[in-house]
Parts: sequence; C-alpha cells; structure tokens
Amino acid sequence: MSFQEAHEVNPARRVFVSYIDKSREYYLAQDYGNPYRWAYNRDVPFAPLAKPLAECRLGVVTTTSLATGDEPADLAERPPKRAYAHPVDPIPERMFTMDLSWDKEATHTNDVGSFLPLKQLQGFVAKGRVGSLSPRFYGLPTEYSQRKTNTIDAPDVLQFCREDGVDVALLVPM
Amino acid sequence: MSVSLTARHLEANGIPTVVMASARDIVEQAGVARLLFTDFPLGNPCGVPYDVEMQRAITRMALDLLENARFPRTTVQTPFQWPTDEWRRNFMLITPEKIEELRVAGEVRRREQAARKAKFEKI
Repeated sequence: MSFQEAHEVNPARRVFVSYIDKSREYYLAQDYGNPYRWAYNRDVPFAPLAKPLAECRLGVVTTTSLATGDEPADLAERPPKRAYAHPVDPIPERMFTMDLSWDKEATHTNDVGSFLPLKQLQGFVAKGRVGSLSPRFYGLPTEYSQRKTNTIDAPDVLQFCREDGVDVALLVPM
Repeated sequence: MSVSLTARHLEANGIPTVVMASARDIVEQAGVARLLFTDFPLGNPCGVPYDVEMQRAITRMALDLLENARFPRTTVQTPFQWPTDEWRRNFMLITPEKIEELRVAGEVRRREQAARKAKFEKI
C-alpha cells in the first residue's frame, strides 16, 4: 500500500481542500439556489511596516464570540452580531464557536490557543519580538453579506484599532 | 472571507495585516496582503489543540511574515501536517445516502433563517 492510500487521499485529485467547491456542492445539496459568490479581487492593498515589529502595537481579530454560557441553540433566537472589542487580560478560557462553520467532526475548539494566539503573543511581547499587545482583541462577525462587512464591521474594527493605537493586526478566521 | 475583507480594509487604511487561516482558497480569492496557511481541518489555524510548541512556532511564523513580506498576496505555508487525511474527504461530504438528510437540513435551516429575519429586522 502506498503512503497516499494508507492516508486516504487520492493523488489523482487535488489533495488540498477547496472550501469554495465543497460549500457550493453542499448548499446545492441542501436545495439552496444561486451558489454563493465569494469575494474576488484583482487588486490587493498592501501597507508595509512603518517601523520594526519590536516597536509596534499588535491587535488580534477573531471571528469567535465571547462565551456567555447561555447561548441559544436555536438560530432563530440569536440576534445579529456586531463587531466587539474585549480586554486581552485575562485571556478568555473559552470562546463560543458553535455557530461558526468549522470541522466539528475532525477537531474541537476547547483550547483557545488553537485559534486565538493571545498567550503566545504575550510571550513574544515579553521577549521583545513585538512591541506590545493591544489591551483589547476584536471580534468580527462572519457575514453572508460582503456589503455589511465592508461598510459596517470592517470600519468598526478599524475604529477599535485606532482607539487602541494598533500599528499591525493579526486576523484569525476559523 | 469576512476576515479577508477586513484585512483589506485595514491595509487600505495603513495598518499592515497577517491572516492565519486554513481555508486557503477563500482567503486568496478575496486577496490579502499576507496569509499564513496551515493545512489543517477548519478550527485550529494556530495549531493543534494543547500543542503549545506548535502554536508558538506558527505564531512566530505569522510575525516573521508580517515583518518580511515585501509584496501583497504573499502566502507562506507552515510545515505542519494533521495526523490523518480523512477530514479532507469527510468535511461537507455528500453521499447518495445523505442526499435526503441534507435536503431536509436545508429546509429546516431556511425556516430558521426566515424566523430570525422576521424577528430581528422588525426591531
């Protein structure tokens, strides 16, 4: 048996997962019409670092939500999300992730460090690799509507970053 | 994708960004300045749960990328592999046996979405 067969991949197909392909087929199978049109941009804005990272304040953006312990299981009871800012200290012991699309069969999100690297970043600040960590991290809603992200949520996150004097940002989707 | 659009907004306003993600195609299609890609099932883009050494290494790579990228659309892949490959096939898997189940799940979801819209858009 070859290595690939032993690991259940088919080398005659692209091994890397295309989430655009997977989700399109999945929602078509759920009888949703009109496949989702993902953002596609030909031009990409690029801001070079204005000073060494060791002098920069870094802000972290997550798509997860603060865990309250009483999140309604019923989608219909969950109000629309807004971007939020929350103190980095103390680092939350857990975050609410069940409303997001991630691989709930293959893994879990019980370790916040696996998707929100605040503790690791504090370590790099202590070593002088990064100037400082923003006193708050930022929550970003995942939105079907690109217009809502572009006109409401992204500007909200920018505003938080400016309030906290953030120089560079690290963003982690699930 | 919401993250990619937000990263683009920050870049356009002078804040350098790095995205740490496992859905490479979605992020690259949206187009970001810097992507650190880890080829894991969705959910742990900063490393295997409780593997602090790996999480530190991946975070360090994100910082290196933030500092060293000279052009937009710079993607770096971390060297880590998930212990198995079954997740590639199993995530959002559609099989003949599951077709009816998926159709029903879609109906339930559409009802929930409609109820949510009716409830919260009135406010």
